[in-house]
Amino acid sequence: MENSVLFSVRLSLQVASLATVLIVLTGMPLAYLLARKAFRGKELLDVLCTLPLVLPPTVTGYYLIVLFGRNGLIGRLIYEWTGWSIMFTWYAAVLASFIVALPLMIKTTRAAIESVDRNLINASYTLGHSEFDTALKVILPLAKRGIVAGTALSFARAMGEFGATLMLAGNLPGRTDTMPIAIYSLAGSGEWSQAHFMVLLMTTMSGIFLYIANRFTKRII
Amino acid sequence: MEIGRFYESQYGTKCVFNFGASGDLAKQIIGGAPVDLFASAAQKDMDEADKQGHIVTVSRFGFTANSVVLITPIGAKVSLKSFEDLRAAQIEKIAVGNPKTVPAGRYAEEVFGSYQILSSIKEKFIYTENVRQVLDYVSRGEVDAGVVYATDVAARPKDIRIVATAPEASHKPVVYPIAIVKGTKSEADAKAFISLVLSKEGKKILQKHGFKSNK
Repeated sequence: MENSVLFSVRLSLQVASLATVLIVLTGMPLAYLLARKAFRGKELLDVLCTLPLVLPPTVTGYYLIVLFGRNGLIGRLIYEWTGWSIMFTWYAAVLASFIVALPLMIKTTRAAIESVDRNLINASYTLGHSEFDTALKVILPLAKRGIVAGTALSFARAMGEFGATLMLAGNLPGRTDTMPIAIYSLAGSGEWSQAHFMVLLMTTMSGIFLYIANRFTKRII
Repeated sequence: MEIGRFYESQYGTKCVFNFGASGDLAKQIIGGAPVDLFASAAQKDMDEADKQGHIVTVSRFGFTANSVVLITPIGAKVSLKSFEDLRAAQIEKIAVGNPKTVPAGRYAEEVFGSYQILSSIKEKFIYTENVRQVLDYVSRGEVDAGVVYATDVAARPKDIRIVATAPEASHKPVVYPIAIVKGTKSEADAKAFISLVLSKEGKKILQKHGFKSNK
């Protein structure tokens, strides 16, 4: 097989894996906050976290460039301090995948945490467990299925991220061309035969992850 | 657009425009869209529509031309004076259209080839999917330089500075063809439109927007 195809496959897995780790680490606390706490601006926070799910990828990409570009609000500070910019690097692909796939994790996990039996949580408090212990030993284990489903969905979405990635990471052959971007390039220049393998691989992998997500969500409801 | 308004004022016939990428427009015409006139930014797409018998070949003219320019963001810290300067180590990123799909990218490579700097700067290329994306990256300062058409800069003069214009001999001429589409019900109007575009007034409007006249 062509080296460039292998590169794209490896890059996509690498980007989606790192993005998913970050999504689990930030998505779980956020989902917990949204499910269990009452605070000002809670629904606003939920809307902000969910927006990338429905916005056109070009709009999300635009926001990311305005924030993290070399002359962006945050990107400028990073560039002035370190001389480094996330633009056109594979980290930009991770950032785009993270932002776009995070809502799936938050939505699924929030629903799972909200469906945990109140009595069990109250019992844990009555027995003298702290909130942190209760969250870790009672709520999260009971919400496990939803968390696994959210993780699988996020991974699949992160692998398929295209629009925002193209704007932020660009299409640099051998550096930032993930599978979706490589497929787009190949199709644009009529080289379908090389795209076939990646198209099939993307379809199969996404199918498997959707199946996992389905299996784990079924029994909650 | 401006030529269209001028045409309306001269002839009293209303023009309706459909803007799009030349390749897409050619596909629409081949697909049988009811179009009277086709102006393309690349000979290739006009050829495609012509080959499939959708164009009145004798009506085809190269109505205007464009030049290829090297641009840089206005407050850029690195000084750039010529195409050769792109080899400097301080120039880290150069936006060019993906030569596989974007004509402007092919012209850019031809120009770099004529200066014999293509292989030494290729590592710095940031490929884009259309020429407007080059313009966006340069105007936001995400890259140090880029290659676009002179007319693109006319659309965004505030954030961008032209460093150099590629000599005409350094790339294939950028000529835009216009032609009447076969099967039109308003062939006389379409003819009148073409002669208006080729007239002195038409050329003046095109020049105002950065186009060159086609010799």
